[in-house]
Amino acid sequence: MLGTTFVLALRSIRRHLLRSFLTTLGIIIGVAAVVTMVTLGKATTAQVQQNISSLGTNILQVRPGQGFGRGGGGPRPPDFKPEDVEAIANQIAGVSAVAPQAQSTATAIYEGANWSTTINGTTAAYFQVQPWPLAAGRLWTSQEESAGKAVCIIGNTVRQNLFRTGRAVGQRFRVGAVSCDVIGVLSTRGQAGFGGDQDDVVIMPIKTVQRRFTGTRDVRLMLVGVDQAYSTATVQAGITDLLRERRTITAGKDDDFNIFDTKQISDTLSSTTTLLTRIVTAVAGISLVVGGIGIMNIMLVSVTERTREIGIRLAIGAVASEVLLQFLVEAVVLSMLGGVIGLLLAQVAIGALSALGGLPYLFVPEINAIAFGISAVIGVVFGYFPARRAAALNPIDALRHE
Amino acid sequence: MVAVAAAVVVGAGAAAVASNAAAAASPDGADALIALRGVTKSYGEGGTAFQALKGVDLDILAGDFVAVMGPSGSGKSTTMNILGCLDVPSGGTFLFRGYQVETLNRDQRALLRRRYLGFVFQGFNLLSRTTALENVELPLLYRGDEKKARRELSMAALEKVGLDRWWDHTPAELSGGQQQRVAIARAIVTQPDVLLADEPTGNLDSERSVEIMELLTDLNRGGITVLMVTHEPDMAAFARTVIHFKDGLVERIERNHHQGQPVEGGA
Ligand SMILES: Nc1ncnc2c1ncn2[C@@H]1O[C@H](COP(=O)(O)OP(=O)(O)OP(=O)(O)O)[C@@H](O)[C@H]1O
Ligand SMILES: [Mg+2]
Repeated sequence: MLGTTFVLALRSIRRHLLRSFLTTLGIIIGVAAVVTMVTLGKATTAQVQQNISSLGTNILQVRPGQGFGRGGGGPRPPDFKPEDVEAIANQIAGVSAVAPQAQSTATAIYEGANWSTTINGTTAAYFQVQPWPLAAGRLWTSQEESAGKAVCIIGNTVRQNLFRTGRAVGQRFRVGAVSCDVIGVLSTRGQAGFGGDQDDVVIMPIKTVQRRFTGTRDVRLMLVGVDQAYSTATVQAGITDLLRERRTITAGKDDDFNIFDTKQISDTLSSTTTLLTRIVTAVAGISLVVGGIGIMNIMLVSVTERTREIGIRLAIGAVASEVLLQFLVEAVVLSMLGGVIGLLLAQVAIGALSALGGLPYLFVPEINAIAFGISAVIGVVFGYFPARRAAALNPIDALRHE
Repeated sequence: MVAVAAAVVVGAGAAAVASNAAAAASPDGADALIALRGVTKSYGEGGTAFQALKGVDLDILAGDFVAVMGPSGSGKSTTMNILGCLDVPSGGTFLFRGYQVETLNRDQRALLRRRYLGFVFQGFNLLSRTTALENVELPLLYRGDEKKARRELSMAALEKVGLDRWWDHTPAELSGGQQQRVAIARAIVTQPDVLLADEPTGNLDSERSVEIMELLTDLNRGGITVLMVTHEPDMAAFARTVIHFKDGLVERIERNHHQGQPVEGGA
C-alpha cells in the first residue's frame, strides 16, 4: 500500500512540477538558511579559536600602555626593563616562563632578493610558552643567547622571499646592518586574525636585537607562560601588583601597562559568536516554519482543486486511508525533496561565503541531518490536515465538484 | 489496513449471504446479481427532507444490458449511486453478490467498487495531465497489481476500446469520444461484474454515441453486466432491458427483443 501510494504521490508531483517547486520553495530556503547559518557560525567560531590558540593558550601578553582604545594623549609609558622580566619570572607563583620581546623592522637581503620584515628579539623561553615548532634547523644555544650572536630563526614567508626553493639553514644573509646566520626555519602558522602574516618574521636573541637594532635594553612586550595548574586571572593579578609596584604607580592611578589574556579573549569571542549563531539560526528556523505553512497552504488549495480527482479515486475503489496516505506522502516527499535541495544549496552557499570570508569550508553532519529531519517532520505535520480533509470527502459530492 | 477492511467485507458478506436466504425465497430475486427491495432515499432532514426514491424494487440478472430512462429528477442517478455502492439507501435493502450493502461501511463499499464495479461518467472524469495508460492503470494500482501485470492488463483494455496506439496521450490530446473510451477501458480493466454508466453519451455527438454503445454491447457480450442511464431512446435501444423511472419509482420495465444490433429506428 505504501509502495502504491508512493507511486501515486510521485506521479502527482511530476504532473504539477511548477506548483510542486513553488510549494517546496519555502522549505528549500528555510533548510538552506539554517544549515548555512549554523555552519558558517561554527566555522567562524572555529576560526576565531584557532587564531587565538595560535597565539598560545595560557599565555598573558604584557605591554606598556593602556591597551586597546585607551591611552589617548600624554607621554608614552616606558617600556619594560630586563629586571621586570626577571622579577615576574622569579616572584610570581604559577609563571612557567617569561619571554621578553624587543621588536624592530628591517630589510633582509640575500643574493639580490630583498624583503622588508619584522625583527623579533627574544629568548629561548619564547618557544616554551607557545608551541611553534621548527620546520628545519635548531634553536640557539644559551651561549649564543647570552653572547648576543647574530643567529636567526626565520619565518616561512621570509624563507620563501629570500631563499625561494633553496636551502635556508646554514646560509648567511643581511638584515639591516647585521650579517646573520640562518640556524632554523619555523613551521608555517598562517594568517593571524589580528595583525597580518605571522610567518613574516626574523627571530634573534634579544641581546642581538637590543644591541644592533633598537639600541636600548628596553623590552616592548613580555609573553608570560602560565602553569596549567594556575588560573590566568590569579597570575594576571599578581603581575599587575608587581608591575604597579615596580613602575611606582600610586594607588588610585590607572595602570600604565596592560595584560592581555588570550584564554579570556577566546572565551569571550566564542561566546559572542555562539550567541550570534543562535540568533541567526532562530531567524532561519522561523523561515523553515513559514515554509511548512506554505506547504500546508498549497496542499489545502490542491485538495480543493483536486476534489474531482479525489472523487475519481474514491469511485475507482480507493479507501479513505489510501487517499489520506497519498496526500500525506505527497507533502512529505515534497518537503523532503525541498530539504535535499536546500542542503545542496546550503553547501554551495557555504562554499561561496566561506571562500569570501576566508573561512575554512566546513561540513557539519549533525546540522544537515537535523535540518533534513525537520523538513520531513514539517511534511508530516503540515501535510496531515489537508490529507485528512481529502480523505473525508464524499465520492458523489467530489465527483460532482466543478 | 486494506487487508483488514477486506476481511470485514468477507465477514459481512457471510452474514449477508445468510440473510439473503429470505430474499432468495422471493420468486424473481432468486438468481439476481443485484436486488433492490423497497429502497428509499431522502435528502435533507425533517420538514425539508426530500424523498428522491420512494420504494424501489428491482432485480437485475447477471449478464443483462440495462438502460435506465425517465424524466429529469426521477431518481435515475440516485439509483445508480446506490447500485454503484457510492451511496447507501435511507431505507430498504440492497443485495449485491450476497452482500447486504446498506450494512457495509465506507471502506468496505470502496473495496466492493474496487473488485466488482466499473464506472463510466458523463463527463469522462479522467485524471488530467495523465496519459491514457496511467489512467487505465489506476484501478490496478489500488488493487495492488505488479507493474508488469498493470502494463499488460491496461494495454489489453486499451486495445479492447481501440486506443492502444494512443496509450501515451493525455486527455487534453484526445477527442471526447476517445476520452470516453479511455474511461471505459479504465472501468473494465479489473474485469468487473458490473459496468455502471450514468449518461455515458451525454457529452458526445450521435455518431460518437453509437460507437460507445457498440463498445458497451460488445463488452456485455463478453459477460459484463451493463447498467446505463440515458435520455435517448436510440441509445436505450441497444439495451436488452429498459427500466423507466418516474417520481422516484420504477414505472415499467420493457424487454427489447433483438439479437445484437438494434434495428434502425428502434425495436
Ligand atoms: N445531494 C442531493 N441533495 C438534495 N437533493 C438531491 C441530491 N441529489 C439529488 N437530489 C434530488 O433528488 C432527485 C433525483 O435526482 P437524480 O439526480 O437521481 O435525478 P435524475 O433522474 O438523475 O435526473 P437527471 O436526468 O436530470 O440526471 C432530484 O429532485 C434532485 O434534486
Ligand atoms: Mg442524473
